[in-house]
Amino acid sequence: MSPLAGFLIVAALLFSIGLAGALTRRNAILVLIGIELMLNAANLNLIAFWRYGPHPEALTGMMFAIFSIAVAAAEAAVGLGLVIQIHRHAHTTDIDAMNRMKG
Amino acid sequence: MIQEMTVPFAPTTHCYGGSLAAQLLWLIPAAPVVASGINALLKQPKRRTAATLAIGSLACSLLLSLFAFGHVFAGWAVGETVRETVNLTWFQFGSTSVDLGWVLDPLSAVMLVMVSLVGLLIFIYSTGYMKNDENYTRFFCFLSLFAGAMLGVVIANSLLLLFMCWEIVGLTSYLLIGFWYQKPAAAAAAKKAFITTRVGDVFFLLGIVWLFAQTGTLLFYNNGAGSMEAGALSGLLAQPAALGLTAAGAIGLLIFAGAAGKSGQFPLHVWLPDAMEGPTPVSALIHAATMVAAGVYLVARVYPLMQAGALAGGSTTALTVITWVGAFTAVFAALIAVAQNDIKRILAYSTVSQLGYMMAGLGMGGVAVGMFHLITHAFFKALLFMGAGSVIHGCHEEQDIRKMGGLRAQMRVTFLTYAIGMLALCGFPLLFSGFWSKDGILEAAQHWSVAKAPFYMLVFGALLTAFYMTRQVSYVFFGQSRSAQHAHESPRVMTVPLGILAFFAIALGAIGTPAWPWFRAFLDGRVAGFDWQGFAEPGLIGLMGISTLVVVLGLGLGWMLYGDKSPAPEEPDALESAVPMVWRLLRDRVYLDELYGATVIAFYAGWARVSDWLDRRVWGGAVAAVAAMTGFGARLNRFLDTNVVDGVFDKGCEEMGVGGGLLARAQSGRVQSYLRMLALAVIALAAILIWSSRP
Repeated sequence: MSPLAGFLIVAALLFSIGLAGALTRRNAILVLIGIELMLNAANLNLIAFWRYGPHPEALTGMMFAIFSIAVAAAEAAVGLGLVIQIHRHAHTTDIDAMNRMKG
Repeated sequence: MIQEMTVPFAPTTHCYGGSLAAQLLWLIPAAPVVASGINALLKQPKRRTAATLAIGSLACSLLLSLFAFGHVFAGWAVGETVRETVNLTWFQFGSTSVDLGWVLDPLSAVMLVMVSLVGLLIFIYSTGYMKNDENYTRFFCFLSLFAGAMLGVVIANSLLLLFMCWEIVGLTSYLLIGFWYQKPAAAAAAKKAFITTRVGDVFFLLGIVWLFAQTGTLLFYNNGAGSMEAGALSGLLAQPAALGLTAAGAIGLLIFAGAAGKSGQFPLHVWLPDAMEGPTPVSALIHAATMVAAGVYLVARVYPLMQAGALAGGSTTALTVITWVGAFTAVFAALIAVAQNDIKRILAYSTVSQLGYMMAGLGMGGVAVGMFHLITHAFFKALLFMGAGSVIHGCHEEQDIRKMGGLRAQMRVTFLTYAIGMLALCGFPLLFSGFWSKDGILEAAQHWSVAKAPFYMLVFGALLTAFYMTRQVSYVFFGQSRSAQHAHESPRVMTVPLGILAFFAIALGAIGTPAWPWFRAFLDGRVAGFDWQGFAEPGLIGLMGISTLVVVLGLGLGWMLYGDKSPAPEEPDALESAVPMVWRLLRDRVYLDELYGATVIAFYAGWARVSDWLDRRVWGGAVAAVAAMTGFGARLNRFLDTNVVDGVFDKGCEEMGVGGGLLARAQSGRVQSYLRMLALAVIALAAILIWSSRP
């Protein structure tokens, strides 16, 4: 088994855990954490493909990952802000209760 | 078959539309038409606005006409015959195109100035004459529309554009004759005018279509490709039609039929005397000065076609027919005029007679001879009609000359101007324009190569003209008053135009004397020199002597019979007691109306009855059968609709509703259930991808 395959399996596991969290949890904060896990799995893939790809001397994968982390940080801030606002508004973080935009 | 072409008309022709005058020519008819459109939207009480708009727009037209005339005159002064055309394609089918355009040449320039000047004076006069009419705005709306269309006829360079304007002119004539439509006589006269001219117009339209089929163009002048230019004409001459005529001759006759309808030539003259039911300014403008002259103008406009194939000094079939019709009409209408008692009807028959003179002049002497009489006649006949209107106005709407009398003292200005108009119409020697223009026609008749009879007919007509005008003036202005009411002079707004027209009735003679034939030279594109030798032409002095003698004889006879006598209205006319049979024949207009009533109208009435029977019995039955079948089909359709089509449709709708309800359950509003479906879908996609990429 090549080192790349190992990285990819780890990343797939991480993604699956994140997906399961995002799909099953009722708490909005836990759903956000699941999403963060999936993002990090993607970042891991980026680094792995760069490191074991044809041009490891160019810092492309690294740059991608750093951008992605920055975007994830911004996204987490926005998401948590939304959750706080929803909590103030509806006094709950249960996302099943938030169905007022149903058509 | 092809004869030698002689085209003495306009030897040097410049066909270009570059000058400002030609480019702006369309504004001349457009201004009154726009004014008419605005007047149509005005409310009745806006009398001042309506009159101002109509008069202002026509004044603009007059200024532009004078500008255009100046342009042509400037060209003529340096020895060029100006003929500028602006043509545009209206529409195209296949390789043929239908073009419209306008032309600026001496003929249209002279006519433009005449129409807009006489029109303007009559518009001003109308503000006085129609002062108390409640439909004042409508009157000026129609009058402006007429002026615009008439000016359109004048500038048209395309037979089609001319025909369109011609028909609008006919329409406004109808509207204005029937202006007082509450009077049954006026409504009937309007219909008669419209339908009678329509008879001529059908032939005219046939001529147009034939001309288009033969030459492929309806433009008169188009840089050598127009239908009035040598190329097209020689083609028309080479084409034989029925009865030994060439296509050129046949088309010329058809167009003349249209002109005869509009210009009241025998046998289509019957509408013009009845048209006097309209307001007097309308009679002056439309049925004396301009519209009825449009037929003469049309013949002058298509003169190259009429003349095509004539050898030098010879005549063509079309021109010969025009001459005979004109000469006969001139005498015939003058005879009837002798025995009429309505002041306007006498003038109407006189107009018919004078139009006959113009046609005969065109037929024998060429464009300039006929057109000169047209221009002078327009001024003095408008003057006479407006004078008659002033008399009618002053005598409290009385039109019977037997009930007037002695107005000379009560209406001084009207009497003076009327006398000038009357002397001009009679052709009183030397001083008056009518003398010179009528002498031109007589001179042409004297030299006509085909026959001498028209000359004698026209001389006899001149005698009659002097006679009936003297009779009328004696009845109206001399003797004792036979009216219970006191007559009064008309307001200044009516007498001032009379004075201006009287001036022209005299002064216009100066441009057409044999010593200085400026008018003829201008139209023919020659240099006009002043030369007393013009009188020395053999036979001319003799001719002038004859015509003077005839006029004096007519005046003398009239004065002798009627003079100062002022017979009572019930008393028979002086001539009636002498020759009662002839008098009754002439008074009843030679029973032509009755003849038409017994033949043409009776035929149409019978035919209408037959059609009515066919309509009710035959076509009506067919229509009823079709209706019954349609009703049966409809009932069958309804049965199918309710029982078959509706059932299928309702079932389909129900199924759709159930399906929609099922699908709506998936729309739970829970984000996580959506995401779950998304994840399942991604997994399924990945499985397909892996499955399909296996080696």
